[in-house]
Amino acid sequence: MSLETLTWPKEGNSRIPYRVFSDEDIYQAELDKLFLGPTWQFLVMDNELPNLGDYKTTFLGETPIIVSRGEDGEIHAMVNRCAHRGNLVCLKRQGNESLLTCVYHSWSYDLQGNLKSVAFRRGIAGKGGMPEDFRLEDHGLRKLRTDHFAGLVFGTLSPEVPPLAEYIGNLIGARVGRVLYGKPKILGTTSQILHNNWKLYVENVRDTYHATLLHTFFTTFNVSRLTAGGGVLVAEGGGNHASYTRGKHELVSREDSDKLYANIQSMRDGVRLTDPRLLESVEEFGDDITVQILSVFPNFVLQQVNNSIALRLVLPKGTKQTELQWIFLGFEEDDAAMAERRLLQSNLVGPAGYISMEDGAVGGFVQRAIVGSEHETSLMEMGGRGHATEDTRTTEASIRGFWQAYRPLMGY
Amino acid sequence: MTPAELTRRLELEALYTDYAHCLDDDRLEEWPDFFVEDCYYRITTAENFEAGLPLGLVYLTSRAMLVDRVMALRKANIYEPQRYRHLISAIKIQGEANGALDVVANFLVVRTMQDGAMSLFAAGRYVDRLVREGESWKFARKEVVLDSRQIDTLLAMPL
Repeated sequence: MSLETLTWPKEGNSRIPYRVFSDEDIYQAELDKLFLGPTWQFLVMDNELPNLGDYKTTFLGETPIIVSRGEDGEIHAMVNRCAHRGNLVCLKRQGNESLLTCVYHSWSYDLQGNLKSVAFRRGIAGKGGMPEDFRLEDHGLRKLRTDHFAGLVFGTLSPEVPPLAEYIGNLIGARVGRVLYGKPKILGTTSQILHNNWKLYVENVRDTYHATLLHTFFTTFNVSRLTAGGGVLVAEGGGNHASYTRGKHELVSREDSDKLYANIQSMRDGVRLTDPRLLESVEEFGDDITVQILSVFPNFVLQQVNNSIALRLVLPKGTKQTELQWIFLGFEEDDAAMAERRLLQSNLVGPAGYISMEDGAVGGFVQRAIVGSEHETSLMEMGGRGHATEDTRTTEASIRGFWQAYRPLMGY
Repeated sequence: MTPAELTRRLELEALYTDYAHCLDDDRLEEWPDFFVEDCYYRITTAENFEAGLPLGLVYLTSRAMLVDRVMALRKANIYEPQRYRHLISAIKIQGEANGALDVVANFLVVRTMQDGAMSLFAAGRYVDRLVREGESWKFARKEVVLDSRQIDTLLAMPL
């Protein structure tokens, strides 16, 4: 099935053709038009590379990227591909080097990606070597634009995309700043291989409707229900979102809440944790918001679940595989009690998390279910068909927002 | 090896053997009994462990939290039926102080899904502290250090 033949359903963002989750041509077009196109993608935290020569490797889509602390003290990002014959320049996930040297033929670059030397450039004893008109300055690594926001560094290959603060927007930018108020400190990282298309995970992240239904830990242990107050903010253009849950505002009485959940299989009375310390959160942000899940188009997520803070990066690895990277954060300012609290609450999230492990599997279940249904579509009309900010979480507005941002970039 | 050392080795061998069978037989309710009450149990990656980062993919600081983990897996969390097979070997006593033993051991865990798909789900080392409680050794600390930083799909059951 070729790219040109995908016609988006007339119902717009409330119908998603299943083909977009499995078609190889569409996937290749996404790598090109989205991931190498006019989008900002998270690279590193600014303080992850404190010293000159520190570097990390990551990806824009599937394209390998080097992020370094350059000679000028700034963060630089380059495609991790030697200008000579395409070898990976940095092989390690992270390290420190004064020069980035390709192992294949010893071509060396500075920390900003400029080619500094070519082995045997003048040949040996007057024979061989590069032509006289070869100029080092014409052959550096391909450079990315980088930009900073709240201690986060993003990169893009697009010269056109507006500056990062404008791309994130004031509405969502304020919600990023709300969480990252201190000096971030990495508590640990991990990653998860999901057997589904990357968009099934970003849909899941933007899906405020599923949380207390799929993640039955919430309701089984009476942690949270959808009847708790909350809502979803959707940025102009749809691509960025922040959903939130309020701690002390119930939308309906307990009795009515029980009735709404009466036929939902996860409700079980009388089950309590014997050691509930991992649920003991403190009001950290001064606004009674207990959970905030935020995304920046296409593949960045910032999570606050009580006092557990994490960045998530969604990396495509083929039509049916995704790597979900997790970076758990605390702040330098944390006292010992807060440091321990964050670690205990990290039990809620991540690959083994009480309220997130299902997300690792559910995309794979969808991926398995849609085989043979490539001409059909999903149905997404919770909260209507639009993608505007709403003061309820019983909506799929922010998922529709993702597709609103996705379609024009892909030409659908 | 003295008879006392030999006895100790056999005790440890028996302990890790029982631990493997407990998990692989899906007797998860008995799993917390291998630990002391104020135990520490963490599953982490070699990368975090070697960098001294405190995060746990699972981070439990009491036997009651282990009980809760099993209760959540039984009553709340949703995951496909799967079976673990632990191979634990190379059990080594690293140190001994105040009656406690510092022990490392290697493990491999093969995971088999309901359709029969098998994969090498986890490989790594246990970094443990054992204390005597009555006639038996119990884990005061157990760190499950995964060689890989990646988890395939999800990590539900204990390692």
